[in-house]
Order: sequence, then structure tokens, then C-alpha cells
Amino acid sequence: MENIQITTPFSEADARKLKAGDTALITGVIYTARDAAHKRLVELLDKGEPLPIDVKDAFIYYVGPTPPKPGQAIGSAGPTTSYRMDAYAPRLLDLGLRGMIGKGKRSQDVINSMKKNGSVYFGAIGGAAALIAKRIVYDEVVSYEDLGSEAIRRLEVKDFPVTVIIDADGNNLYEIGVSEYLMAKADGKLG
Amino acid sequence: MRELSADTITSAVRDMCIEANLELPRDVADYIRTRSQQEPWPAAKDTLEKLVENINIAHNDKMPLCQDTGMAVVLVELGQDVHITGAYLVDAINEGVRQGYDQGFLRKSVVADPLRRKNTGDNTPALVHVDIVPGDKVKITVAPKGFGSENMSRLVMLAPSAGEDGVKDFVVETAKIAGPNPCPPIVVGIGIGGSFDRVALLAKKALQRPIDQPNPDPYYADMEKELRDRINALGIGPQGFGGETTVLGVNIEVFPTHIAGLPVAVNINCHVTRHASRVL
Repeated sequence: MENIQITTPFSEADARKLKAGDTALITGVIYTARDAAHKRLVELLDKGEPLPIDVKDAFIYYVGPTPPKPGQAIGSAGPTTSYRMDAYAPRLLDLGLRGMIGKGKRSQDVINSMKKNGSVYFGAIGGAAALIAKRIVYDEVVSYEDLGSEAIRRLEVKDFPVTVIIDADGNNLYEIGVSEYLMAKADGKLG
Repeated sequence: MRELSADTITSAVRDMCIEANLELPRDVADYIRTRSQQEPWPAAKDTLEKLVENINIAHNDKMPLCQDTGMAVVLVELGQDVHITGAYLVDAINEGVRQGYDQGFLRKSVVADPLRRKNTGDNTPALVHVDIVPGDKVKITVAPKGFGSENMSRLVMLAPSAGEDGVKDFVVETAKIAGPNPCPPIVVGIGIGGSFDRVALLAKKALQRPIDQPNPDPYYADMEKELRDRINALGIGPQGFGGETTVLGVNIEVFPTHIAGLPVAVNINCHVTRHASRVL
């Protein structure tokens, strides 16, 4: 499959060109956040305080890596399941968050917010954490160090492999991919 | 009475925590390799090939297969003629987990309280299950369990009238609801019978059986095979992108139950179905 090259920051216009099922390689800076960090970010927004990272046109990767061994930029670093961030994600999308990287289903609220704001939900391969770590060249904690593996990190990635799961029109690879496979199978097109 | 030092248990648990997180059991790794060659749907084949590459990198670079290095489930078969010396068994196991997760650069994923959620910092406590068995040996299995798949597990107390079809439908429905979330291709551990508490443990134990080893009872072996076919027919595929390979294995464990009950538990595991065992 042909890979689309993506560099961050990423504009809304470029995001709206991506289609569910596209495979892409991301190069640039991405931030990490999981449940606990998202909770704190939204608490800051509730209090009207600034966030520790600028999410405008940025990507957030849902990951809590293993500790690096000496000489490694980062430990194993595959995606965590995204629905746990659904309660928080629309708040960040409204601030211009352009991409979320994770795995698994999203809520209709998140999808509606993505359509409104022109954002994309990417899937990284769950459980391929050693492979993905090879595409992360630099890692530093930018906030919430007390959260350990759940801290917000700034990662520099090179050719980080993702698949567009839900595009800015709301098309969903989890539905399209399964129905295309089942149709091909029913039509006897598979060996 | 044979004596066994707690230190021996601690070092075995430490080593197994590391080993299980870096290396898949042979049966699981072999089957992922086989499916990466046989899968007819291109996107699914591509994903399976990446999983094989991940297994190879984890092995060669001694890195955890998955960043979720799990909560340590430790199953102990304790021979009744063994006397453990020097420390309490569960303390010895927790010390092994502490050392393994520190020395193996594994992620510490345990919070001390389910609602107040402060990380314990050393991945303890382990979830320890002890069965007293005949003999003077101790068999310990360490199964680091990730929660992406654990969260997709379900339990139901069916009426006996639901019968075999009720059990099978609940299992297939569980896989369907889980969809892409638990990192398919999955392994499905099923408990049937016992009580509310026992059936969940049966399902957990079912996940420890090699996926190429059917239930010894042909009735349940047939059910395992039928459930594999039905779950694969959902077309979820690796990562939920569609494809033939949704399930790697279905294992059923059963126990006698009450005249009024038919408990069923479905414990889902991801393709990183990890466990290591030692007999001490």
C-alpha cells in the first residue's frame, strides 16, 4: 500500500483530504497523553487556565510507554484503547487538536466533533509496541512527571506508521474494512 | 515434607515476569506466523506481518512485545508436601514481581486503589491464585495481563434453559461487542459452570492452555472449534480492519454447577497472550 507522508504541525485543510483506510507515515513532533493526563488537561480548561502543550494543529498519541533501557530513546510504545479518552477528546478538538492516534472504537460525540473541527483519528497497531518504538527518535516529559508512564511526553517521530481509521467526514474503517472483507468473501473473491 | 525457600520462588517469578513480556509462548507465535502466510485479505495480511516483525524485534532487542506489560496474574499449584521457608508465599511472589518489573524495564501499571488511583510504583500487588495439589512440587505460572483486552471481558449468569446455544451466543456476542478494542486477533478464554467467582477464574485459566491443545472432552473440543469459526466469520480481522483472522484460539474450561445455574465468563486476551511456567 502507498503511504502518505505527514509532517506535524498539520493543517485542517490537509486533514480533510485524508480518507479512512489511508496508510500514512508521520514525521515530526507528537504529544502523548492517556486517561490521567486528559483528566488534568480538561480540569485546567474548566478553570480557564492555559494547557502545558499547544494542541492547535497537533497530534496526541494515546500511549504509556515502558521505561527505556540505557541507550534507548524510549521503551516499547504501542497505542492504548482510545474510548477511555472519549469523555475528554471533544474539548481538545475544539481547540484545534488535529489528530488522535490510538486503537479501538470512538464515541459518536468524538466523531461529530472531528467532523466539525476537521480532525482525524489514526490507528497505530495495537500490540506492535517494539516495532513502533523504532520510529520514535526522541522522548522528553513535558508535564505531569508524577504520573509516570502516564505523563505528557513530547516525542519526535520519523516515519511513524498509522492508518486513518476515522476521517474528518466521519467515514470509519472499522465499518468499511469489515464490510468490504465480508462482501469479497461472499462473492467468492478470496482464495 | 520438602522444604523450598521463598528466595527460589522470588527469583523464578522475577525471571518469568521478564521472559513472558519479551517472548510469546511458542504456540501463539507459531500460529501468528502461520496466519500471516495464510490470511487472504491484503490489509489483514499486512497487519499480521507487522505483528511477526514485532515478535522478532522484541526477541532480538529484548524489548517488551507490548507497552502494557500487564498486571501480574500468578497461578500457583502448591504441592501439599512442600514447606515454604523464609517468607510468606504471597510476599515472595510480590517481591519477584517488584524485581522483575524493575530489572526488566517493564511498565508499572497498578494503582493502589481503584477509585483514588495512585500508582503503586512497582507493579505490585500480583493477582495470586493458589491451588493446593498432591505432591511435593510447586508449579508457578506468571501471566502478565493487559487491560485493553481485560476490559472487553464479560460474565453472565444464564438460566439453565439457555443451554448450549445461550452459551455460544454470549461468547460470539462478546467478541462482536469487543470488535477492534482488544487488539485482535484475540484468544478467548471461556469458563462455564461453578459459581459467580469460580467461573471467572476458569476463564482466566483457560487462557493459559496452549491454543493448539483442545479441551480433552470431545464435546467441548467441538464447541471450541465451532466458536472459532463463528467468531472468525464476524470478519473483524487483525486490528479490526477486516479479515479472516479474528481469533487465534478458543479455550473452554468447565466445572460442576448448581441445579439453578449456568454461569459463563469470557476472558478476552489480545494477540500478545503471554505466560511462562516453572516447576520448582
